[in-house]
Amino acid sequence: MEEKKIATRQSYGEALVELGKQNPNVVVLDADLAGATKTELFAKQFPDRFLDIGIAEQDLMATSAGLATCGKIPFASTFAVFAAGRAYDQIRNSICYPELNVKIVATHAGITVGEDGATHQMLEDLSLMRTLPNMTVMCTSDDTETKWAIQEIANMQGPVYLRLARMATPILYEKGEEFTIGKAKQIGTGKDGTVFATGVMVAEAVKAQKLLKEEGIDIRVVDVHTIKPIDEETIITCAKETKKLISIEDHNIIGGLGSAIAEVLTEKYPTKLIRMGVPDTFGKSGTAEKLMQYFHLTAEDIVKKIKEK
Amino acid sequence: MKIKDVEELKSIATEIRIGVIEAVYHGKSGHPGGSLSCADILAVLYFNQMHVDPKKPDDKARDRFVLSKGHCSPALYSTLALKGYFGREELTTFRQIDSMLQGHPDRKHIPGVDMTTGSLGQGLSVANGMAIASKMDKAGYRTYCLVGDGEIEEGQFWEACMTANKYKLDNLCLIVDNNNLQIDGTIEEVMSPYPIGMKLESFGFNVIEVDGHNLNSLIDAFETAKLTKVKPTAIIAKTIKGKGVSFMENEVGWHGKAPNEEQYKQALAELKKEEEVK
Repeated sequence: MEEKKIATRQSYGEALVELGKQNPNVVVLDADLAGATKTELFAKQFPDRFLDIGIAEQDLMATSAGLATCGKIPFASTFAVFAAGRAYDQIRNSICYPELNVKIVATHAGITVGEDGATHQMLEDLSLMRTLPNMTVMCTSDDTETKWAIQEIANMQGPVYLRLARMATPILYEKGEEFTIGKAKQIGTGKDGTVFATGVMVAEAVKAQKLLKEEGIDIRVVDVHTIKPIDEETIITCAKETKKLISIEDHNIIGGLGSAIAEVLTEKYPTKLIRMGVPDTFGKSGTAEKLMQYFHLTAEDIVKKIKEK
Repeated sequence: MKIKDVEELKSIATEIRIGVIEAVYHGKSGHPGGSLSCADILAVLYFNQMHVDPKKPDDKARDRFVLSKGHCSPALYSTLALKGYFGREELTTFRQIDSMLQGHPDRKHIPGVDMTTGSLGQGLSVANGMAIASKMDKAGYRTYCLVGDGEIEEGQFWEACMTANKYKLDNLCLIVDNNNLQIDGTIEEVMSPYPIGMKLESFGFNVIEVDGHNLNSLIDAFETAKLTKVKPTAIIAKTIKGKGVSFMENEVGWHGKAPNEEQYKQALAELKKEEEVK
């Protein structure tokens, strides 16, 4: 089933429609990107519960906050760079501090946005969102996991930031697979290394796992779909059980997944961690594939790192 | 419990002002100037206009109020205490370590505070969200949002104006506390938002300009707002920063400063004298 590819933003749009049917309190807001974030799927079905706020992300976030105070469950969507970047203060002061039930689902994160280049490739959002008290931070890897997450975050109270991608990626999990917020998903039990991955990088890690297996190297992949709260237990267990630890993310190596794992390791089980990601720089234009090669974020790059002495 | 008698409302406004001075003096910091300028507006809203019940601060059907100029929390806290949401003695704990009365309004911990505010320019967006929810649920409650005239230099405010217009939020009433001063000087000097009325009208508001210390005018304006359909209303209330305390009036230095003991006594004496005259 790995050949079928779907972007997590598409999964989001489809999941929203299902959610809309189940829960009349779900309201969706967008900032003139409904076609790209896929909230248009919801808009078509439930026009009375869809608000297009226009190119005004600060207003988008604070309007969502107001709706939440009245019992609505707003899903606010735009590109990650505009959500976490442009509207940071609104998220901080009007959503997280009052702990309002707003679900921010940000698409087009990371260098895999591709051709639009640096201005649109958000590489700091996990970092920014992770430091906000009361915020749950997630980044899902495939269709199944994303659809689960949309249902799950609608059912929990409190602010959530969910990071999604533009690029289509393989389906990794069977329908009905079970997940838990705050509990990373371990794929395989290999002891030769652990690759902690999030979002679009999980598929690369799984591919690397297969390539390595052909050479007799058995690693495990840990899909960290919840960056905050981070799954300390799994991190420590993997540090104890495997020879090498790598983290990989389509994000600046500062502040994101690698940093979150390093924080746990430093305090609880000091172990070396190799962080793969965008090395504290901005992105650039190109196809997603070429950019992944350029920034060394492919399965082959993971294989190389695992084999390095 | 709606108070119709204007003399009684005037006394309430004075009581609100006394609470402002108490809070800022005991807190040893805070923002008296803008709190005093909006005291009459709050008196009319909470004691004549809004459908709220201090015994049921979370009532879904209540009218909402967003103090977008969150630094004027002393005015809101004083009003809420007077209305009975919490004891007036709380005001003397303002801004202190064990107090629920944070420097800026905190909806999680203070009964009667509908929205957490403080970072300027965000309140109208939040109020829009409340007004939209009211319309979606056909709940009928109204939403009021008080902004400062300096505050509307924030770009987000104008984004929110477009949203209020797009969704025809006739259940929303914006009030601009036009006291003409901000921290660095007059609003013309710093970054003029004038002409405020024309701007808001062009953004789709039904604009009413009033003397923000004339209670009858304020009541009339709020009543007109209720009757206005299809568009949101903006009341531009011409006010005096520091109103009611002679040495604070129109003085930019009293934007965010606490009175010392002598000034505190004088301020209270002036306000209490005003009470007696009535």
